[in-house]
Amino acid sequence: MSLTTRFERSAATSEPALIKALILCLSLSFFGVFLLLPLLSVFTEALHKGVIYYFNAITEPDTWSAMQLTLLAAAIAVPLNLIFGVAASWAITKFDFVGKHLLITLIDLPFSVSPVIAGLIFVLVFGAQGWFGSWFLDNDLQIIFAVPGIVLATIFVTFPFVARELIPLMEAQGREEEEAAAVLGANGWQTFWYVTLPNIKWGLLYGVILCNARAMGEFGAVSVVSGHIRGYTNTIPLQVEILYNEYNYVAAFAVASLLALLALLTLIAKSYVEWRLKKETNAPSAIEGTI
Amino acid sequence: MFTNNKNSIFPGFGLSLGYTLVYLSIIVLVPLSAVVLKTTSLSLPSFIAAVTTPRVLASFQLSFGMALLAGLINLFFGLLLAWALVRYTFFGKNVVDALIDLPFALPTAVTGIALAALYSKNGWIGKQLEPLGINIAFTPWGILVALIFIGLPFVVRTVQPILEEIELELEEAAASLGASRWQSFTKVVLPILLPALLTGFALAFARAVGEYGSVIFIAGNIPMVSEITPLIIITKLEQYDYAGATAIALVMLIISLLLLLAINGLQAWSAKQTGRTRQ
Repeated sequence: MSLTTRFERSAATSEPALIKALILCLSLSFFGVFLLLPLLSVFTEALHKGVIYYFNAITEPDTWSAMQLTLLAAAIAVPLNLIFGVAASWAITKFDFVGKHLLITLIDLPFSVSPVIAGLIFVLVFGAQGWFGSWFLDNDLQIIFAVPGIVLATIFVTFPFVARELIPLMEAQGREEEEAAAVLGANGWQTFWYVTLPNIKWGLLYGVILCNARAMGEFGAVSVVSGHIRGYTNTIPLQVEILYNEYNYVAAFAVASLLALLALLTLIAKSYVEWRLKKETNAPSAIEGTI
Repeated sequence: MFTNNKNSIFPGFGLSLGYTLVYLSIIVLVPLSAVVLKTTSLSLPSFIAAVTTPRVLASFQLSFGMALLAGLINLFFGLLLAWALVRYTFFGKNVVDALIDLPFALPTAVTGIALAALYSKNGWIGKQLEPLGINIAFTPWGILVALIFIGLPFVVRTVQPILEEIELELEEAAASLGASRWQSFTKVVLPILLPALLTGFALAFARAVGEYGSVIFIAGNIPMVSEITPLIIITKLEQYDYAGATAIALVMLIISLLLLLAINGLQAWSAKQTGRTRQ
């Protein structure tokens, strides 16, 4: 690999040095001020009163229970949306049917709904005055202002992630390999397990990483349905808000720094998977490398 | 309707499509339809009254105005960043490239408190601006800063792959025909990038209109001045004004749906122009 881009090697596609310096300077300053500084400030604010204070803040019992709830919500939402993503992309890419484009648009829908509205809809359906509210009350089941509501809102906002990654990937890979497997006598599960899954595993992982990051970090939707009951219906992002509103800034940033670390881990994992995906699609045959 | 699948050699059509439709209905369609049905409990005049109070109108103006402004700023700087990432070599390029997605990965509440701390009077940036008489935190400009943060990756990530695929030869041909660098940018490169730029802008705009977490900490939330529409929905919910909250939500949902249709149209146009499949 050369150290310059192919554009830099041709006079027709490179700008005068001054313009190039100006573009780099403008774009990187913008990046620094608007993206990098907020990230750095999370960590400096968190460690502002020293390491001991930091560890005390993140080991506080309410923070621990918030972590457990966040992990629980993600542990339910991610696998459910993973199964859905695989089923949806199998139906959409391996078969032809009327209304396919509409279905793809509907799958994307949760991305264009405001998080606040995502929370609101579950209050309307399951809240005390909602459609099924009285039935749930009679049976002593609480959905809203309780854990199930948080899980439902999390599933909604992370709904499209896996399907969105898989549909274009499986579309691009075509049906030939699965057809060959079927002709050779493989049944449905064998075809999926030995042919499709190895081909889509990196795309699948990519979707899961993004889905998980959003599941653990969702704020608006979860805020609407949670009721903010300390130690019971608080996720980590909601705990950040509570601490911040109590003017306990250092603790708020300490807990926030855990989420920022998670975000950085997500970006690293994402870059690695992107690199693998690129390698795989550049390989001469997708089958050779995987069996 | 499904006739051509009778001969398909793949199994599982009924199972996978059935599961997809049931799960989609339970999680997305039925709950969303609650918004529409709940609104029908209001008569048309009271619906119109609920969504046109001065406070609600001011919030629409603020949410849409700031989303538009943030989108335009990101359009310009997003293009510059994508250009730098694709065409230039510089120290730390891989790190910058990976961090562009930070707003997708960083929880919005974390963004919100970080921006509020940065732009408040004792913050790193607020401290510099204070002597100049510029206040960002707890004013509408704070909202703009938050919306710039969350919108930037949409523009960069839609423009970047298209920019990467542009053939060198196009610009070489333009140069050999006597075009200046600026002419070959505006007449050759920009038209190719246009659908992607518009898509990125629309995606950033759609996200910004509904954004809540990163905005509320820095906005100050003063009614008529810096109160965004999603916050009004929450306030109404807390006052048990479900019908009022839902009416405003319906207006926002309709606008999101229109935006989604526009984005799909733009992507189809982009795919047609560049020969790429939808991503």
